[in-house]
Amino acid sequence: METLIEMRGITKVYPNGVIANNRVNLEISSGEIHAIVGENGAGKTTLMKILAGFVKPDEGEIFYKGEKIKINSPSEALEKGIGMVHQHFMLVPSLTVAENIVLGMEPRKGLSFDLQKAISLTKEISKKYNMYVNPNSKVKDIPVGMKQKVEILKSLLRGAEILILDEPTAVLTPQETESLFESLLTLKKQGHTIIFITHKLKEVKKISDRITVMKKGRNVATIATQEVSEKEISQMMVGRDVIFEVEKLPVKPGKTVLEVKNLRAFSENGRMMLKNINFTVREREIVGIAGVAGNGQSELVEILSGLRKAERGQILINGIDITNKSTKSIRNKKVSHIPEDRMKYGTALEATVEENLISDRYDKPEFNRMLILNKKKIQTEAEKLVKEFNIAVNSVKTKIKMLSGGNVQKVVVAREISSNPCLLLANQPTRGVDIGGREFVHRKLIEMREKSVGILLISSDIDELMCLSDRLLIIYEGELVAAFSDVDKINEEEIGLYMLGIKKQNEITLREAMI
Amino acid sequence: MVKVLQGIFTASFFHAIFRVTTPILFASLAALISDVCGIVNVGIEGLMLISALTGVVISALTQSAWSGMIVGVIVSALFSLLLAYFHLKLKTNIILAGIALNLMASGGTVFVLAVLTGQKGVSTALNSRVLPDIRIPFIDKIPILGEILSNHNVLTYIAFISVPLVWYFMYRMPLGLRFRTIGENPEAARSVGIHVHRLQYLALVLSGLFAGLAGVYMSMGYVSWFVRDMAAGRGFMGLAAAAMGGNKPFLVMLAALLFGIADALSNYLQSLRIPSEIVHMIPYLITVVFLTIYAIFSHHKKMKKITFSADDA
Amino acid sequence: MKKIQVFDILRILIALLIAFFIGFIIILLVSEEPLYAFKLFLVGPFSSLRRIGNLVEMTIPLIFTGLAVAVAFEAGQFNIGAEGQFFFGAALATILGIIFKIPAILHVPLALLGGIVGGGLVGAIPGLLKAKWQVNELVSSLMLNFIFLHFSLYLVNNHFRDVHTGIMASWKIEETAWLKQFIPGTRIHVGVFISIIMVIFTYYFLYRTKWGYALRMTGINKDFAIYSGINVASVIIYSQVISGALAGLGGAIEILGIHHRFQWQALPGYGFDGMIIAIMAKNNPAFIPIASLFLAYIRKGAEVMNMMSDVPAEVVNIIQAIIIFFVTAEAFLSKYQHKLVVKEVTTNG
Repeated sequence: METLIEMRGITKVYPNGVIANNRVNLEISSGEIHAIVGENGAGKTTLMKILAGFVKPDEGEIFYKGEKIKINSPSEALEKGIGMVHQHFMLVPSLTVAENIVLGMEPRKGLSFDLQKAISLTKEISKKYNMYVNPNSKVKDIPVGMKQKVEILKSLLRGAEILILDEPTAVLTPQETESLFESLLTLKKQGHTIIFITHKLKEVKKISDRITVMKKGRNVATIATQEVSEKEISQMMVGRDVIFEVEKLPVKPGKTVLEVKNLRAFSENGRMMLKNINFTVREREIVGIAGVAGNGQSELVEILSGLRKAERGQILINGIDITNKSTKSIRNKKVSHIPEDRMKYGTALEATVEENLISDRYDKPEFNRMLILNKKKIQTEAEKLVKEFNIAVNSVKTKIKMLSGGNVQKVVVAREISSNPCLLLANQPTRGVDIGGREFVHRKLIEMREKSVGILLISSDIDELMCLSDRLLIIYEGELVAAFSDVDKINEEEIGLYMLGIKKQNEITLREAMI
Repeated sequence: MVKVLQGIFTASFFHAIFRVTTPILFASLAALISDVCGIVNVGIEGLMLISALTGVVISALTQSAWSGMIVGVIVSALFSLLLAYFHLKLKTNIILAGIALNLMASGGTVFVLAVLTGQKGVSTALNSRVLPDIRIPFIDKIPILGEILSNHNVLTYIAFISVPLVWYFMYRMPLGLRFRTIGENPEAARSVGIHVHRLQYLALVLSGLFAGLAGVYMSMGYVSWFVRDMAAGRGFMGLAAAAMGGNKPFLVMLAALLFGIADALSNYLQSLRIPSEIVHMIPYLITVVFLTIYAIFSHHKKMKKITFSADDA
Repeated sequence: MKKIQVFDILRILIALLIAFFIGFIIILLVSEEPLYAFKLFLVGPFSSLRRIGNLVEMTIPLIFTGLAVAVAFEAGQFNIGAEGQFFFGAALATILGIIFKIPAILHVPLALLGGIVGGGLVGAIPGLLKAKWQVNELVSSLMLNFIFLHFSLYLVNNHFRDVHTGIMASWKIEETAWLKQFIPGTRIHVGVFISIIMVIFTYYFLYRTKWGYALRMTGINKDFAIYSGINVASVIIYSQVISGALAGLGGAIEILGIHHRFQWQALPGYGFDGMIIAIMAKNNPAFIPIASLFLAYIRKGAEVMNMMSDVPAEVVNIIQAIIIFFVTAEAFLSKYQHKLVVKEVTTNG
């Protein structure tokens, strides 16, 4: 196969000093599906953003079909047929699918925008690649899987021959993933080249021709997929044997710490996000909730932690009603929350590591001497946490924005775990964390479970859920549609059916496993 | 009280409403255009002062009101471009930059006037011109409506005609589509090759043009001179009106009219025996009150929407 | 990382240089004797004891408004109502200074309290509106400047006007309410000590108390503050009240120490200057005094130049604006900053 793209000596350093890419070489052959794997912070997304014109490298060259080229913007990349579908979609929610697809190349009638032409273009290309989308729906109203299709069609309409996909299956169910892979194979048959970034080694083995492994900003190896096993790949990624599963001893659950009754809630635009949620969490157990992103689990956690109001229903912590109470009073009832979005809720970027670590306890008597904060005690506490949680930072007075994503998450986890909660709400606790850190977090969660904490675990990582949960619930369109009290007996295929709403347990089975 | 009401429900008062709304409407459109494209133009107040002075000076120089207007509007657009440059290229916080522009304009216009005429604060030494009022042929014969709608300054008509024009631009033209995209999700725009910064520069220039029209109207239509700080907060009322109208042209026009009514009311009350200081307070009070009502209303709308849906489910 | 902090200071200095340079160009274009005028601007404030005294006197109210804006900005509030808060605080202090005849030991604190309460009340309004109904504080605080400008004038011009003077001014306040001027040859008054005390108080408040911590975190990331259990609504309110109280106190002190009667007919501009000071000091109370002194310096320089040459004082507003433009331009010289970082990191890594 001939070489289509070659990247040579690519170096990129971010303003906070992080070396994202360190003299990286990459070679992509025409018509292949090429996977790029690596831990978080390995530099995969940065490298691809450079190729797709979103980021400029500090050093290095790019060759297209042997010819040296400069890519200064996404549109220049598209001229060479390189298009990228990002992890966070680049769509405009209040515009329709058709408007989003033709954005930047809008068909005109005189001086005005030709909406009819936009719609027909959308239908054409949707048919050509067998990816159905509704041209007239507003993007804010369509499901995640369709949003991704819109993104892919956008690139294809602009003549992308090389498609870069960044963690495309992060938000998809197993079934939607299958559908995506089918589309990718169709595209490959039609002569397109695909590069995709992923964490998921199973997918890599399934669909890619070659793999490039990146580690700490460097290209460690490029090999044919057939010639290497999952274990070998992960060894290259991390450089040591990774224990895929953490040991979990059987413990007997105790009293109920969390009781949710008849919970109902609405989103900002009036849609009912939670219909009638009932479940409990007891001490010494981990209850996992699986579901495709956007089915109400985020809203559920927000309500439980006091960040959002419930319209109806009751939430009891150790028997005390905390429904719609403030975040402060909920925290006072010994509830901790590892939020899904660490940038939005979990941290204050411009503040120091120390200031971030004590945000839930700064007003407690042990850190205050009359009217003044006890600086020494605060610093000691912070340093203790940094050591215990292995956070890579020299001084707790450093601004947290200087840390890598994984270490920032560790700060959040450190704070929430160290407050000795009786209920921990963990929403995507290992998102953006590398394999080593992920293992650490899992071990901590299990430790807490043994120490009589009740844990509610929300995750889009089914492996994580299967490995950690004692009981597993599945949420679909704001309702709990399945519950399993024996996690070992379920298979992934089945979970996917429930997650997509294709199957639903009957009332009795549900209730049994709920409590 | 009765006397006040009698005075208000007259054709001449309604005429005054349109007259007084004009600068606020221009300022609102200026705020709308840049806001839709993702930039809050806090400097409208300063731009108005700059164009007001420029209009007066140039028209005195050339003895032509039109050239005063054109140059005034261009100068405002240029300063708007400066604002854009500092925000987009040098990454100055847009609100602070806008405030800086307002400060610079407030002192700078007095400075320039003093240098040119030796007078500090009023331009009476200059023989500046004024933009014409227009008498609409058939309409002005209609009994009450005629008095309300005809014999306005040309810029008043331009202001109100601009509203549907701005609407068409935003919702029926590709450029408007792009503006809205940039305001809502600039990454999405960038990813399809739209030059986000280029268009934001354009948005700010257009915003500057409208702000310029507002300023020029003040010194060459509303009154016929320049006096220090004559914008008197109208630039900020424009921001408030755009926010209240949700950046939708026709709603913004309604909001601007509300502020215009408050302003006209305060002018009218001055002719009665109420202390001038109290009267001066009225437009600003009403702005705050309207803003608060609007905020409470949106707040409750959010709550209401949620309970409403509960009934269908 | 130390290099980067030095870099920040360098950036401010370069911004000042550019602003002065442009100021010089303007003076060049406008004046018959530009070099003389510019010299007056630069050196004027130091040219006599009285003028140096003026420098210190002018710094005092600026410290207050600088602190006021710094507190509001640190809480993430774009409250630009310091003008109105200062003005109304001054008006209330004047009124209290006129109507009571009590010994100084009571009168001075009473009048100062009037300033604090007046400013605090005005500051509370945008705070309450924001906390309760999310009303945008930028527009509301600006409107309040105008509202309290006119309201204060209403009170003074209609109820406390001194009919014996030719100008529109209030009665003189009782001597028992005066802040003593204690350096002969100048008008420097006891208020200077109060200002330093407030600097220290504000510093401790922001960096050493739990309320200050809550305020700063709210300013950095409001969602994070809510999530962590901080009562953000309360923070918004008390930050604006404290901010208003500081500005109002500044107004009161200016009346009690210098003017001894209320004779402003327009907003004197200390509030807007406060913004520039807060920006230059990066909201850190420790740097407010020096930033205030600098602003007093350029104001005084412009005044001297205006008085003794043909350049109007308002040129200083242009210089101030340029300073804001450049000091807050994150990307200003950032290319060099970036190169510094790349160099540091790649030689160590």
